[in-house]
Amino acid sequence: MTMSQAQRGWLERLGAKVLGGFRYVGGMSLMLGDTLRWTVLGLVSPRVRLGRRAIAEQLVRVGVRSLGIVVLVQLFIGVILALQMTPPLRDPWRQEAMIPNIIGEAGFRMLGPILTAVVITGFAGASIAAEIGTMVVAEEIEAMEAIALNPVRFLVVPRFWATFLAMILLSVVADLCIALGGHITALLVLGPTVYEGYWTRMQRQLDMLDFTTGLIQAGVFGTLISLIACYEGLKVRGGAEGVGRATTMTVVYSIVAIIIAACVFTVVFYVYKL
Amino acid sequence: MPENAANSLRDGQPVIRVVNLVKRFEGRAVLDGINLEVHKGQTLVIMGGSGCGKSTLLRQMIASIWPDEGHVEMFGQNLGELDDGELDKIRKRFGILFQSGALFNSMTVGDNVALPLREHSSLDGNTIEVMVRMKLELVGLRHAVDLMPSEISGGMKKRAGLARAMALDPEILFYDEPSAGLDPVTSAEIDQLMMDLTQKLGVASVVVTHEMDSAFRIADRMVMLDGGKVLKAGARSEFEAIRDASATGETTHDLIRQFLRGDSDGPITRRRLSSNYEEDILNAAAGKYS
Repeated sequence: MTMSQAQRGWLERLGAKVLGGFRYVGGMSLMLGDTLRWTVLGLVSPRVRLGRRAIAEQLVRVGVRSLGIVVLVQLFIGVILALQMTPPLRDPWRQEAMIPNIIGEAGFRMLGPILTAVVITGFAGASIAAEIGTMVVAEEIEAMEAIALNPVRFLVVPRFWATFLAMILLSVVADLCIALGGHITALLVLGPTVYEGYWTRMQRQLDMLDFTTGLIQAGVFGTLISLIACYEGLKVRGGAEGVGRATTMTVVYSIVAIIIAACVFTVVFYVYKL
Repeated sequence: MPENAANSLRDGQPVIRVVNLVKRFEGRAVLDGINLEVHKGQTLVIMGGSGCGKSTLLRQMIASIWPDEGHVEMFGQNLGELDDGELDKIRKRFGILFQSGALFNSMTVGDNVALPLREHSSLDGNTIEVMVRMKLELVGLRHAVDLMPSEISGGMKKRAGLARAMALDPEILFYDEPSAGLDPVTSAEIDQLMMDLTQKLGVASVVVTHEMDSAFRIADRMVMLDGGKVLKAGARSEFEAIRDASATGETTHDLIRQFLRGDSDGPITRRRLSSNYEEDILNAAAGKYS
């Protein structure tokens, strides 16, 4: 059986996409390896400075500057969850008192980290890709390499650790804001059945594992965002158009990667009853 | 001079040797069998029309991109055979001035110049501070030490880039269009600085430029590229002779002459005009209306 020209073209395109995917993941894995290698070298070798000041600057940029928007978004998520859950729980089950349990479980385990990651992707991921991409266009990366300075060490390592730490810290804030949003809604709209004993019921529902699994996910999401943003930035070609493409692809790929990672985590937690 | 600088080369051996270098982009050979040498204390100027591969050649000399065939030797070592650590050792022995200056925009001018010293020397902070001011004084920018790159002009960025390139006292300096976009006085100052570095410190220089006045001022040897090949390589005097001679009717001679003189009429222009213009138009029309 012979293939038609159209079938061959389709297969070739599919093959090229798959190969491109492997190349992308391979490139990011190498960059992650390089990032960890420079981190270890920075910790053990006095000749390699880790750039703690650069990490602090990036932490302010990624974490502190996005704090306001994370708080705002997560408060509204708490409000939405409380209002969406109430009708089906109230009629006919009269179980609206369970709302803090659900908000706590959903917020701490998944919604806090995942929505924070989406906010950070748009807020910091795109900006990291644009910044590094602009440096590529302005020949700064080439200049860095020409004076024997490794761009991964100087650019990726601070952004990687700053995004990783910021995601974990912001997730804690996010968890509390979702819970607070639900409480405010209960207080102003849903009545005493929900708000009386709100915090106690939430506390009883949650254990340490719910909190830590959320933080682990936050760390992984932070890793994905920083790696994708730095990788997209470093492979910019073609001037301003290339920078624009890099920022767009950073947001798209990061969100896809975050959702896939969240799905994998959920399956693992379900299978192992975590 | 860094360790091993002198004894890694035999007498008369070039500091840079480009051997049969071929570079292709999407199957098209941008550089096709380039051979050239640069010796200590010599300035080589690389010239050629836009898109002839000058900057691509420069980038391969600094190991920023890699050739498809052939190789580049620096200080007697084939760059393609070195690992990252060995390559970094070589990189500390040369400096490069990029066309835009390529300063790190997040740092002050002073920090830009200090960065290679902080990373690659064991000097203390005060000594580095003194050295930064000395390098900036050489390019007339001592007053700009605390300014950010966004606060200085294009010419100043280029001079600051040169100060950074000189930070580690390199044995080779590469310049990508050092005079482009500069006023005549600044351009002449940079030319003078380049000549001083070559004559007084024995630095070898490789300069890619379109500015003919500057090229004839600084060059010891010149190379003209055309169509990815070396059209002519020789001493400055040979190129001066071609520039000042009359047209001979011999294509290569007249092509170089036209380029050096910047004439609007000559083999370069005729080659462009004779490229099957009518046939192209007819083919395009046939494609559109068929």
